[in-house]
Order: sequence, then structure tokens, then C-alpha cells
Amino acid sequence: MLKKRWNHKKIFEWGIEGLIKLSGIVSIILVGLIFIFLLKEGISVFKIVNPINFILGKEWHPVSKPPDFGILSLILGSFAVTLGAAIIALPLGVTSAIFIAEVTTGKTKEMLKIGIEFLAAIPSVVIGFVGIVVLAPVIQKVFDLPTGLTVLTGSIMLSIMAMPTIVSISEDAITAVPKRYREAALALGATRWQTIWRVVLPSASGGIVAACMLGIGRVIGETMAVMMVTGNAPRIPHSLLEPARTLTSTIAAEMGETVQGSEHYFALFAIGIVLFIITFVINFTADLFLHKEKV
Amino acid sequence: MVDKLARIVTEELNVWYGAHQALKSISLKVEANEILGIIGPANSGKSTFLQVLNRLIDLKPQTRVSGRILIDNQEIFGANIDVEALRRKIGMIFALPIPLPMSIFDNIAYGPRRNGIKKKSMLEEIVEESLKAAYLWDEVKDRLSDSGLNLSGGQQQRLCIARTLALKPEVILFDEPCSGLDPVSTGKVEEAMLELKKNYTLVLVTNNTKQASRVADRTAFFLMGELIEINNTQEMFTVPRDKRTEDYISGRFG
Repeated sequence: MLKKRWNHKKIFEWGIEGLIKLSGIVSIILVGLIFIFLLKEGISVFKIVNPINFILGKEWHPVSKPPDFGILSLILGSFAVTLGAAIIALPLGVTSAIFIAEVTTGKTKEMLKIGIEFLAAIPSVVIGFVGIVVLAPVIQKVFDLPTGLTVLTGSIMLSIMAMPTIVSISEDAITAVPKRYREAALALGATRWQTIWRVVLPSASGGIVAACMLGIGRVIGETMAVMMVTGNAPRIPHSLLEPARTLTSTIAAEMGETVQGSEHYFALFAIGIVLFIITFVINFTADLFLHKEKV
Repeated sequence: MVDKLARIVTEELNVWYGAHQALKSISLKVEANEILGIIGPANSGKSTFLQVLNRLIDLKPQTRVSGRILIDNQEIFGANIDVEALRRKIGMIFALPIPLPMSIFDNIAYGPRRNGIKKKSMLEEIVEESLKAAYLWDEVKDRLSDSGLNLSGGQQQRLCIARTLALKPEVILFDEPCSGLDPVSTGKVEEAMLELKKNYTLVLVTNNTKQASRVADRTAFFLMGELIEINNTQEMFTVPRDKRTEDYISGRFG
């Protein structure tokens, strides 16, 4: 009676199980394939420039003769825009998560959460559009600049895009802190703020750090909005009020004009590798924090 | 008989959670340096009673409190009451020990630090004193910088007691402090309580009637939010005045 028998039920079970397994594996295979493809296409550029000159070279003139493939200005452009966005978005995002999780209740809380999630649904091209039309003229006027398309403009718009990630993941982390901790701290005579600062935030710190990393990862990878509002000048920015160009917008802007198989084409893929490595490291770090054992 | 100093007096105390009345006109006194045990089945309002005394009940939405509570002749629901100061004066130990996510030392120094004590030597003194009073010092003195979460359940509960003592409270409320502990740890916590009553006033809510008979000087029996009987522990456990008390103590219901 207990002998294993193949009937339609068993086959169905086996089929479903296999299908789920396959879907899981497919995502890993896809990541692997993308990286292999990037590597295969990008690596050829290092026949012309060595990797150190590629990363530390200051000049990016891909179509002049002879061409210059130095992406330092692009890396610093990405870095400047990201840093600016992080300086704006991290404090704002974390405090707003604290507000939503600890202060508001009921309808206000729901409204705020929906609002924040809605922010994530705005297409990045729309954000860029608003940046060009609304923010850039203001920045130009306030700082008296030749153009309003600067690193600062990009940072501000990108901080808006990073906020939903930071707020909603931080908020989850704060809400997950057991209520008992709060009661214990309050029973010791702590005020509400002292409880949040000394007990709730340290307990949620892993999740909050992860939220910030993921938010930053999103900023680095963002292309469309940043291409529209940072001015696209491939040179090293010396202040937040100068135009710059990021790694992502270089690929997006130039890929359409290159000949497939040319040096320029391979160089763009190499930029893709650099970008891939940066975001991979950031997401990996975020993951470590997210899954780190609770102290 | 000399009338002992009444530390806590409640008069006609009522508490509602929404439409549900959790405490019904409770009037009782807690005397200085005694252990008052409170027993009763689940949902009889025992824990609510403790939460009113240190106003932790303020955190729960839709609660209403009427009647008077005097602690050292001061109305605690009156205007101009510093709730944080009240909670420092009325310490509380919970059913589940809740070490804060920090080291043993910091757990105990948490309260004093916030009271403005910054000097390392002074904090060290308070930590040692409190741990000794909670019967934990010998077990942890060599690893004060370990996380409080690495201690065993019984040690964690005594850490929580030490943490409360570091605030120099006057009254300590115990909310089923041994419900998650094994008999040996329970014995140690009870030993600590008996020692503590020399200097503090204790209120012990427990689901374990035997525990009340072991440590409490007087015992109150709560049922469905009402105070059925309050008497010397020995008398209550030998000749209970109310039939319901007798039934509960002898295990016929609850």
C-alpha cells in the first residue's frame, strides 16, 4: 500500500515543483549570462588601454584620433551626484521612516505610506522632466550660474527617487522592533525620544543601513533622470554647481552612435562592467546588513 | 497593631479598554516594605492593575481610568505629574525578561546615565551594587561587556531586576516575573525578592498561587476585574473568606 506509484497526482506535483525550481534558477542564470556578456564585450577594450589607465584616465574622447578612454571624470561624476543625493536622502528618508513608524497612527500613517510608495511609481523620465523645467531654472537663478543643469540638480532629483526605498525598508525595520523593547525602556523612565534613539534605532540599525545602501544603489544605477538634469559634460566636477556626466548616462547617450564592434563600443561595455561591480558591491553589503544576526 | 505606612492607596479605581471594563472599583493599600501578591485567573485585571500604577497604561489607545491612586500621598493621575519620574520611582519587571540590545553594563547604566550620571567610577559602583542586590554579580562580574542577550533566561530576569534597582526606585512591580523560568531560576528570583523587601515595596502579580504563598506577606485575589479578597497570605491560603477564593486556590477553576 505504501509503495511509491506514479499516478497523475504525483506527476502534477513533480511538474509544479520542477517549474518553481526552474523559475528560481532562471534568475540566477540570467544574472550570470548578463555578466558574461558584459565581460566578453567589454574586455576587448583593454587591448587598447590598460585597466588602470582606463579607470584613472582623465580624458574621455572616444571618437577623436587617437581616442582617449579614461573614465575617471565619469566615475567622479557618478560619485558626486550619488554623494549629493545620499546627503539629502538619507537623513530625510530615515527621519521620515521614524515619523511614520513611531509617531503617526491610523489614517495618517496609511496615507503617508501610500504617498511614499506612489513616489516610487513616478517614471524617471518624468522626474527628469520636472528637474529640467522646474528645478534647473531655480538653481541657475539662486546661484547665478551659466546653466542650471548641475551636479546639485541631479542630486536633488535623485534623492527624490531614492526616498521610497529608504523610507519603506527603514520603516519595516523600525516596525519590526518588538513592542516589549519600547515598554521596557519606558518603564525605566525613558521619554519617547530617548526610547527611539537609544533602543528602537539601535535594534533596527541593520535594516536601516540596508535601506540606505539599497537607496544609494538605486541612485548609482539611475540613468534617465540624471542624464536630463546634470548637464552631461564629461569632465571632473570641482563643485556641486558644475555640470558633470555619470557612468550610466555615458552609456545611454553614446551607445546609439557607435559602430558595433568598434573600440568605442567595447569601451562602453567596459563602463558597464565597472557599473555592475559597483552596484553588486553595494547590494551585497546591504544584504549582509539585512541578514546580519541580531546582536 | 501599629498602622503601617501605606505606600500605595487606590480608591474606587476603574479602568476601561474601550467598552470593556478591566478593573471594577478596586480599593486597596500596599504597605511599605511588604510584598503584596496578586493572584487570579487570566483576564482578571492583575496586569492592568500594575500598568496603571506606573502609567504604562497611557500607551494603550482608548483606555479610560477613573478613581484615585495615591503614591506616597500624591495623586498620580493629577496634573503636573512627571510621568518619566513616576516610572523611575515605580520600577517594573516584565514576564519576559527584556534586556535592551546592549551590553550587561550598559543595560544597567542606561537609567543612571540618563539621570545625568556620567562619571565612570560612579556608574561602575551603581552597576556593581545593583547586580549584587539582584544576586547576579558573581555570575557576570567577569563579562560585563557581553551582550545582555547572551545570558540565560533566569540571568536575564535578574539583569532586568538589577536594571530597575539602578534607578533607585521605591516600589517595584513584578508582572509574572517567573512565568518563563525553570524552578531553579525561579528560586533565585524569589530569593532576590525576599531580600529586596527590606528596602523596597513590592507588588507581585503571579499565575502561580504557590509562588504567592511562598513570598507574599499579603495576597489579593482578583476575578473578572474585581477585588474579591485581600488578606494575610497565610490566612488566605488556610481559611479563605470567600468561596471563590477557596475554589481558585484549591484549583477547582481558573
